Amino acid sequence: MWNTIWTFFHKLASPPHFYRISAILLPWLAVPGYLLVAWGTYNGLFTAPEDYQQKDAFRIIYVHVPSAYLSMMAYMVMAISAGIGLIWRMKLAHAVAAAAAPIGAAFTFLALATGSIWGRPMWGTWWEWGDPRLTSELILLFLYFGYMALRSSIGDTAKADKASAVLALVGAINVPIIHYSVEWWTSLHQGQTLLAEGGPAIDTAMLWPLLANIFGFSLIFGSMLLRRLRTEVLFRERRKRWVKELALGGQQS
Amino acid sequence: MPGMIAAFVATTQRELLLSLRRPGDMLNPLVFFLMVSTLFPLAVGPDNETLKEIGPGVTWVAALLAMLLSLNSLFMSDYEDGSLEQLLLSAQPLPVLGLGKTLAHWLVTGLPLVIVAPIVAVTYRLPNEVIFVMMLTLLLGTISLSLLGAIGAALTVGIHRGTALLSLLVLPLSMPLLIFGARTVALAANNEVYSAGIYFLAAYAVGALTLAPFATAAALRISNE
Amino acid sequence: MNHKLVAEDLTLFRGERCLFSGIGFALGVGGVLALKGANGSGKTSLLRALAGLIDLEEGTISWDGRPVLDDPQQFRSQFAWYGHRTGFKHDLTPLENLRFDAMLRPQRDSSPRDVLRSVGLEKQMELPMRLLSAGQQRRAALARMLIADVPLWLMDEPFTNLDIAGREFVETTLGTHLARGGMAIIATHMALSLDANLDELVIQ
Repeated sequence: MWNTIWTFFHKLASPPHFYRISAILLPWLAVPGYLLVAWGTYNGLFTAPEDYQQKDAFRIIYVHVPSAYLSMMAYMVMAISAGIGLIWRMKLAHAVAAAAAPIGAAFTFLALATGSIWGRPMWGTWWEWGDPRLTSELILLFLYFGYMALRSSIGDTAKADKASAVLALVGAINVPIIHYSVEWWTSLHQGQTLLAEGGPAIDTAMLWPLLANIFGFSLIFGSMLLRRLRTEVLFRERRKRWVKELALGGQQS
Repeated sequence: MPGMIAAFVATTQRELLLSLRRPGDMLNPLVFFLMVSTLFPLAVGPDNETLKEIGPGVTWVAALLAMLLSLNSLFMSDYEDGSLEQLLLSAQPLPVLGLGKTLAHWLVTGLPLVIVAPIVAVTYRLPNEVIFVMMLTLLLGTISLSLLGAIGAALTVGIHRGTALLSLLVLPLSMPLLIFGARTVALAANNEVYSAGIYFLAAYAVGALTLAPFATAAALRISNE
Repeated sequence: MNHKLVAEDLTLFRGERCLFSGIGFALGVGGVLALKGANGSGKTSLLRALAGLIDLEEGTISWDGRPVLDDPQQFRSQFAWYGHRTGFKHDLTPLENLRFDAMLRPQRDSSPRDVLRSVGLEKQMELPMRLLSAGQQRRAALARMLIADVPLWLMDEPFTNLDIAGREFVETTLGTHLARGGMAIIATHMALSLDANLDELVIQ
């Protein structure tokens, strides 16, 4: 049993094999992902009722919440694969970490931008330091920047992989600490933020589109990751025969 | 085991001896700290109430930046003269040797900041009880900063012009320390309960002491490939 | 003790480039292995890989029949490293430097003073390292090897910056080390004149 699983992963870790399997897997992530997001967004914008307090402004959560969720998720994916790469010396895992970082940074940026736009009608300002979530998202964005800057300033790929993996792990230990400390920091101010979404009273007509979008965004994240990973693998293996054959043969068998 | 402790002590001693031979390196972060603290009253104006309000934050930011400034050289000269190779190839565990170096860094950079901080605090009109709290937070915070910064210094040691990069790596990680450090002092200044912050800083220092040396050692081996 | 270093099927990449592949050797007590090859051929890289400073793509190195990766810490207590850079602090004296090195690996009974005297640095041992000439610094590096109680010496270009007397001194010192049951791997482009079990490994 374990042997079968091990062989499967071992095979998957071989770049040409991964390249073939990922091509088959890609549409299975992307198509349901975009369909779910289309359904969720349509219903979120048109069928979900207005919030009695925030009116239509609350509808930005259909982008904001999935982005914020994925900004953290991507960091976890990055840190876990970096750890796997460091411990088991698995090159594909390092490539996953490298591919995940820019996507994670993009979602973090999206979460910040939508949060800020949402803040405009809610608080009357574009930025509110008193909101713990926005502040930790901002620090998370800085963590992504640091990771990508370290990676790009080391020329040798293998060395860049390992060095940035150490950073990703150190960062992963710190993410909860940062989150906690920012919460503590803002709790010292009076008056909680309006951004506290969820709660027991949420209407199901509001909830279902949100869940569809969270799930759909995750699938899209998966497909983006896979797509970037395929490019990353091709680039890393550019001197290998299978890539040359692929490039010259055009069609893959 | 005794060999390990001897190696730890010897590493710390050697670093302290080196600092004594070049006292300038030791003074630079201190002078920097004092200068940054001077910038704020000049920029904000000499209003006592405002200064009292921003005093804890300013002192903490200045201390953080001064620590960062000194971190770049932590492993750089070792890398350049080949003594890092000797440490990597030593029969003693590398985390222990790295910890010895980090301790020396804290003794020559962090500890002097803690000692000088009251001078700054007095000019910001902070009362004596608050100054004591400030010293306590800085004491715990600079220990963590040295340990955390050592990881960053180890990661960037072979990189040309790594100073800016080092700050980029270490600053986001050090934000919890800044938050708890500065806010704790501010709470003390407002006569509120501040013990939570002290506990947090102490817990962070213990955690960093346990984990950071291993990350630093791993980073040093990677950087020296 | 009868030590043995065996390397099999070593392959090393630096970035995209394969420096060497399928290299192997065996080294026993009293033996010297000279690593030869043009500049940039990978002599130093091989030496660094043997010391564990860089990761091999493939291959195993074993010490006394055990792969060194099983316990790198144990293997590091078996060799001393003579690098391209001396690894000394220029603001400290040779004596202070050597005393620190004494903490890093198993040591012989001889005192740092005696060893420095034996390499001809009697007058310089209390001067800052930066005042010593390149050749004198190399002698101090040799003193570090002599004071370590290890069977294996890994040396990267030990003859650079040395005059004829210095070169002969390195060779005599090496001879003594080998005679008392040591072994050495030396990356060099010079011919070694040693009265020992000399092997050559040429890296293309």
